[in-house]
Amino acid sequence: MITLTLNRQFTVPLELEKLLPDVTHKLEHAGVCATPVFMGRRQYRLDEFFEIEGELSDHIEIHGTTSKMKSIGRGMSRGKIVLHGDAGMHLGALMTGGEINVTGSAADWAGAEMRGGMIRIAGDAGGQVGAAYRGDAAGMRGGTIVIAGTAGQEVGMRMKRGTIVVQGKVGDFAGLQMKGGTIVLLRGAGARPGSWMIRGTILSLAELPLLPTFRYASSGTPTFLRLYAKQLETLGAPIPLDESQGNWDRYSGDLSVPGKGEVLVWRAGTSCETGSD
Amino acid sequence: MLRITGGKVYDPANDIVGEVRDVYISDGKIVADVAGGTVINAAGMVVLPGGVDIHTHIAGGALNFARVMTPENQRSAPVFQHTKLQRGGAGGPTPTTFATGYLYAGMGYTTVVEAAVPVLSARHTHEELRDTPIIDKACNVLMANNEIVLDLLEAGELERARDVVAWLIWSAKSYGVKAVSPGGVAAWKFGGNATTLHDPVRGYQKVTPAKIIQSLAGIVDDLGLPHPLHLHCNNLGAPGNFVTTLDTMKLLEGNRAHIAHLQFHAYGGDDWQTISSESRAIAEYFNAHPNLTCDAGAVLFGNAVTITADGPWQHLLYQITGRKWGNLDVENETCCGIVPYSYKGSNLVNAVQWAVGLELLLLIDDPWRVFLTTDHPNGACFWRYPEIIHMLMDAEFRNEQVKKLPEKALAKTIIAELDREYSLAEIAIITSAGPARALGMKNKGHLGIGADADVAIYHDKPDGRFLFRYPRYVLKGGEVVVEEGDIKSVKLGKEFLVRPRFDPQVEEHLRPVFQRNYSIEFENYPVEIDLLENADVRVLP
Repeated sequence: MITLTLNRQFTVPLELEKLLPDVTHKLEHAGVCATPVFMGRRQYRLDEFFEIEGELSDHIEIHGTTSKMKSIGRGMSRGKIVLHGDAGMHLGALMTGGEINVTGSAADWAGAEMRGGMIRIAGDAGGQVGAAYRGDAAGMRGGTIVIAGTAGQEVGMRMKRGTIVVQGKVGDFAGLQMKGGTIVLLRGAGARPGSWMIRGTILSLAELPLLPTFRYASSGTPTFLRLYAKQLETLGAPIPLDESQGNWDRYSGDLSVPGKGEVLVWRAGTSCETGSD
Repeated sequence: MLRITGGKVYDPANDIVGEVRDVYISDGKIVADVAGGTVINAAGMVVLPGGVDIHTHIAGGALNFARVMTPENQRSAPVFQHTKLQRGGAGGPTPTTFATGYLYAGMGYTTVVEAAVPVLSARHTHEELRDTPIIDKACNVLMANNEIVLDLLEAGELERARDVVAWLIWSAKSYGVKAVSPGGVAAWKFGGNATTLHDPVRGYQKVTPAKIIQSLAGIVDDLGLPHPLHLHCNNLGAPGNFVTTLDTMKLLEGNRAHIAHLQFHAYGGDDWQTISSESRAIAEYFNAHPNLTCDAGAVLFGNAVTITADGPWQHLLYQITGRKWGNLDVENETCCGIVPYSYKGSNLVNAVQWAVGLELLLLIDDPWRVFLTTDHPNGACFWRYPEIIHMLMDAEFRNEQVKKLPEKALAKTIIAELDREYSLAEIAIITSAGPARALGMKNKGHLGIGADADVAIYHDKPDGRFLFRYPRYVLKGGEVVVEEGDIKSVKLGKEFLVRPRFDPQVEEHLRPVFQRNYSIEFENYPVEIDLLENADVRVLP
């Protein structure tokens, strides 16, 4: 294990994209210390900011992280990074494998365009979680992001595969132009969830302010959901399946695109016969 | 003063093919002899005139819109770091202005022609060209859908139309006249297109695409422009369009004309399933008619951004791909569509397009009349020219690529039957001497006495692969601008333009038309000559 402890205050954001488990697993201590980090256009060494212990490991623990540390784990493909503190923008963006755990909150673009692996955020996340960068056709294409707190706008924008679970409420435009994958919302979303969605699934345990271009399709508990619930349970997101307690209302859309996405909203205390439209 | 010694010189315009001889340079020109000066030892290397790109899109409203529309390409593109000498930028399918200059010069190209400029965005174009270093530039102004011109053709006022065309050329500070899908873009403003040559254009009674083509070709010849009408035929990209292309070429008998990106106009078949190559029919006609020149507009597999004034075609392409679509309206003059596109070898249509580009280059006998282009950034990026050169010079390598095409595509193309190989002299013609001659640029594309000292020096490799990609030296105006891949000098090149004669009274006709129809004041419309740094004006008699 390699342990980093922040020992210096700074105001300009620090870019940590070169600190990757893919690299550090074969770096001796001196090599880890010399890992380049960037502040604006200036280049520094990692040990100018952190006390560093350990070597030759793809498990990195960083203590004292702040929201000014950007691009941590960007593009990583293996190993584990644990952040004791907050994370800045682009956390785990473009990653293809491995695991990132954050004890605090993360800023925007966490897991943007990720291809695989797992990101867990104990606090809140910013906007554009698992999203496509501006202009790109597809966002997240695999992997899992679990957020214990809330998340900002455009969660899962243009995502194509993978799973995003948010325990708190998310902002506006969740699943904007979504092309596949699954977003699980345990406390609902802000305005216009699923707008322009072409395919993919949004599950919500709370009422969603859907656009009029989503059409009510059916009520019940789709078979796949029973299987899926087992997976979600391991991610800390148990979903109700007991039909005596309520029902999943299924909406299809966004018909303005026109899309074949589905939105499943849990309605406690309803049954199939009284499914809303 | 400079001497290039011991190199094998390929200067086809002066009938020099692979002769070992010295080239002398003084004051930016090729001269007969110099005493002293720097010596570049070119032993074991080949010496060619700097490349001339007759048809590319590197600046202006449309290209810049394409840059803005595709940030994903810029992000993954190679970065040009800011240095003491160089400005920062990005490469990729639509390189930034400074990067464009570095990339062209880095291949050994020293003169390029921006193919399509509406007068309204000419100011923007020249501002970008001013930020495109090293290379010399020129631009063609869009004319075939300009409603002021079309109105005059409708009214039969050919004389005045000629004056207006000349006035517009000078107002845009341009070098030649480009016609894009004559009538088609004007019809697009009504949601239509012009797919037949002899039916009136939407909104007109008498004006047909044929009439526009013949009138403009006549006007261009009459004005004595150095470059003939630069024509993008109707029905670009559509299956079965070779008939339109042949008919268009027949209309041009008696006039000079340059047919742009011919590859996009040489398809048979009725739809996307039956699309086939008709390059043989096109090439046969073309070979027999020396009034025409063309450029290939070849396609390479990979990412591209299609940008053209052919608005209706771009709308169709957007519907086919479901990708992003940009549509720009340029008031009375033209419009423009932008759609990012990926050419895939596994796709039947793309495979046919790939083959047709090469077929035309191989079937047209006279290298002085067919030039290497990819209609950058439409068919592929200009910095991929070396890949095409390799395929032209090495039939074995080409056939390996052909074998990768889908079976179905092989049945619809003739590329597998062709075994012609280009010689290095012929490559020098299609990349430099030929386009320079077609552009009427007497000081470009050759190494004779008095020519501009634009020289590309490459290691002498037997196959084309390394040629152009890694020049050993590139000289522009007698100065070494690239050495072993490093930019050494970034002096701004010239901009060529012509000033054709016109009756100044024509402004009295234009002023009220402007006040009625345009969003800007008449006085603000023409680009002032002071905007151009290093303008090289040719005043026509």
